[in-house]
Amino acid sequence: MSLLDYFKSSKVSSASLAKERLQILVAHERSSLNQPSYLPQLQKELLEVIQKYVNVGQDAISVSFEQDENQETLELNITLPDLITKKP
Amino acid sequence: MARIIVVTSGKGGVGKTTTSAAIAMGLAKKGHKTAVIDFDVGLRNLDLIMGCERRVVYDFVNVINGEATLNQALIRDKNCNLLYILPASQTRDKEALSQEGVGRVLEELKKDFKYIVCDSPAGIEKGAHLAMYFADDAFVVTNPEVSSVRDSDRMLGILASKSYRAEQNLEPIKEYLLLTRYSPERVKLGEMLSVEDVQDILSLHLLGVIPESKSVLNASNSGTPVILDEKSDAGQAYGDIVARYLGENRPHRFIDDQKGFFRKFFGSK
Repeated sequence: MSLLDYFKSSKVSSASLAKERLQILVAHERSSLNQPSYLPQLQKELLEVIQKYVNVGQDAISVSFEQDENQETLELNITLPDLITKKP
Repeated sequence: MARIIVVTSGKGGVGKTTTSAAIAMGLAKKGHKTAVIDFDVGLRNLDLIMGCERRVVYDFVNVINGEATLNQALIRDKNCNLLYILPASQTRDKEALSQEGVGRVLEELKKDFKYIVCDSPAGIEKGAHLAMYFADDAFVVTNPEVSSVRDSDRMLGILASKSYRAEQNLEPIKEYLLLTRYSPERVKLGEMLSVEDVQDILSLHLLGVIPESKSVLNASNSGTPVILDEKSDAGQAYGDIVARYLGENRPHRFIDDQKGFFRKFFGSK
């Protein structure tokens, strides 16, 4: 190992890069694998209903699905616009 | 009560057949009557690794179709009389295996054998699905490499949702991690995912680590499961795995870089 290599090795190792990439990928694949297929459609339709009454943007709503041993949770999160900004 | 073990991975070339041959031999050598089945229809290779390729007369598909009895198709191993091999068919018909047929053969084997090892083909097609469908335990063979870890995670998802145990709401398949082709030197240099890294990602119970070893190719060249090469590191690692699976408490080996100062210098292996 040359002196140059020695200094190079203080950079991020390829193994830790691999781990980081895998953790992100695996988490994403697990969540998309487990969630019901109607979720994107549900999110779209809910947004349409809410937009009838409240002026919210496309990203104001998030739907997530979680599953553990004895229950399934459908979590719906709507961020309403700031009251102050709504005032004319 | 008989137990069905599936050796699976998703990705090809990680050591499923090597592992199937080794653990089947290990279980038989420990006194348990064991059968090992090749599920890779069309691409059978377990017979070569077990060194019985010239003794194949009937195969798995023949038994399912009623063209041969189980006893006619099972090949008794030349090294251990408690070990039997059920070879895959070389037919090109992928539909040759049926869930009903596989279930029937496994039920019959369960009457006579303590352990039934199912060597899964790569991929997530029918053969791989049927190899794991009836399993009680799963040995997930993984290399410390990104594509293998990802595929193993996919297989875990399938094991948890598409097996007989999952469908019948029974106790889930017990999953174990076997990390193969491990190189402690490269882990130390930060060039390879470590055991801890892989466990962090897959959250699996580690059954053992098989080091990258010349003895694996030597064993397959000669058609003897590597576990019989008791002097080799890989052979010993498989020995440990079988012992741990059977409930013995053995500390993990081959994880740390054991090369001492002198061995490094003289480069002995």
